[in-house]
Amino acid sequence: MTSDPMVKAEAVHKRFGRLEVLRGIDLEVAPKEVLCLIGPSGSGKSTFLRCINHLEKIDAGKLSVDGELVGYRERGDKLYELPDREVCRKRSEIGMVFQHFNLFPHMTALENVIEAPVHVKEESKSTAEERGRALLARVGLADKVDSYPRQLSGGQQQRVAIARALAMEPKLMLFDEPTSALDPELVGDVLDAMRVLAEDGMTMIVVTHEMGFAREVGDTLMFMDAGIIVEAGTPRDVLTSPQQERTKSFLAKVL
Amino acid sequence: MLVLAVAAQIVGTIVTAPSLSWNVVLNYLFHQRILEGALRTLELTAGAMLMGIVGGVILAVMRLSPNPVVSTVSWFYIWFFRGTPVLVQIFFWFNLNTVLPHIGIGIPLTHLGLSADTNTLITPVMAVLFGLGFNEAAYMAEIVRAGIISIEHGQTEAAQALGMRRLQVMRRIILPQAMRVIIPPTGNETISMLKTTSLAVIAGGAVVELFTTGEQIASANFAIIELLFVVSAWYLVMTSVLTFGQYYIERYFARGSQRELPATPLQRFRRALFTFHAPPPTAPDVATTLPRDRR
Repeated sequence: MTSDPMVKAEAVHKRFGRLEVLRGIDLEVAPKEVLCLIGPSGSGKSTFLRCINHLEKIDAGKLSVDGELVGYRERGDKLYELPDREVCRKRSEIGMVFQHFNLFPHMTALENVIEAPVHVKEESKSTAEERGRALLARVGLADKVDSYPRQLSGGQQQRVAIARALAMEPKLMLFDEPTSALDPELVGDVLDAMRVLAEDGMTMIVVTHEMGFAREVGDTLMFMDAGIIVEAGTPRDVLTSPQQERTKSFLAKVL
Repeated sequence: MLVLAVAAQIVGTIVTAPSLSWNVVLNYLFHQRILEGALRTLELTAGAMLMGIVGGVILAVMRLSPNPVVSTVSWFYIWFFRGTPVLVQIFFWFNLNTVLPHIGIGIPLTHLGLSADTNTLITPVMAVLFGLGFNEAAYMAEIVRAGIISIEHGQTEAAQALGMRRLQVMRRIILPQAMRVIIPPTGNETISMLKTTSLAVIAGGAVVELFTTGEQIASANFAIIELLFVVSAWYLVMTSVLTFGQYYIERYFARGSQRELPATPLQRFRRALFTFHAPPPTAPDVATTLPRDRR
């Protein structure tokens, strides 16, 4: 992989008050790469994901997406925080899927999907609707376009959320434990939708506890603990022959 | 029962009082002046509530702004207008001309600018509207703020992650959902406002809303209690209509919050009417009565 990285993190630090959540994260994600982040809760993996689209501000280090710093502008040696407008433009290029779906409950599935294309990208409503229907069909919900989120199962809601993120035609997709809030029998549909996305060449960072998905779909697997990346490699290597003690003891518990 | 009996006794004593003339009540109930007064009351209520709601939304959004100057300005406004009596505020606007005969905007240190007589700028109706509206905005701000903070933070994050700007997130995502929390107390405020417009009586007859009209008629024919009955009847009619309207507005904003909206009283009434002769229901099919996701 010789192309410029889609995501590049250098010594990223983040603290909440006195608690240091990220203690120097360095990583690169190449275009079309699928990176899976695993680790115990509280290890900072979700926080890191949220830093990538500036939902959380980082305290030190550098984080860039597609060659541009996230949330800041570099002038000389100093970083200056970008105005809201610039941050929003950058965010619109990065799709995010949440653990609890966070669909807009007052809008139908289709309205959820076309909201940002119409009001952020200022696409015409008919163009957005046409693409929205196609996206919902792609995640297997062609017959649910007019349903409200509460009329859908968790798995269906999460697939609407994926379609909603895709509607902005993002360069990068972030998944924050997308299947953790789902009933076991609904997990498969969501993972299938993500697998198709990966096959189509989407760059993805997936925080997950689904080791099977990580093994099959992931190009890289990183194990995080206590705010640092303990171990990284191909999913097969990390899962079958972990080098670090901490990784071994974690995998022994979850596999 | 005892309470009812005592209440009936008291009401009975009053309505059968020998000098109470029910004829006067009936004569004035649909009198042109009373109807015009009621209309003016509705106009004042609508105007003041419009100021209150628009101002309240602006103040609430300002109050929650990350900018400390903006949120402090809002805090100060609410502190001041909620902390002084509305009657005092109406008086203030009504008498502003005594200390400030002209109001104008101009360029400092020059004579350029526009100026106007305070009395032509702030008519009695506007003085009442300013007093009621600015005061209401302070209360509505707190109601709207309560609505906004009742929406879980994930909604804001999801909208931000899609690239929406702060005000867009408010207008498109948060406020429409907050309406469900905002409407019931707003209905309450509207009903309260409808009655508070009667404070316009201090404008000395310059703002002839319902209560002032009643007072004016009573001061000519001395039928004070009779006209209070007339006026009260109209206040009751108007608040009843508002209560009714609130129900339908709430229903509209509840869409998406339940799988199926409950029937309105009218729908239930109609359903009861047309299924009156239907055979008694058979035992329900268990499979279809279970919630969808448990099937």
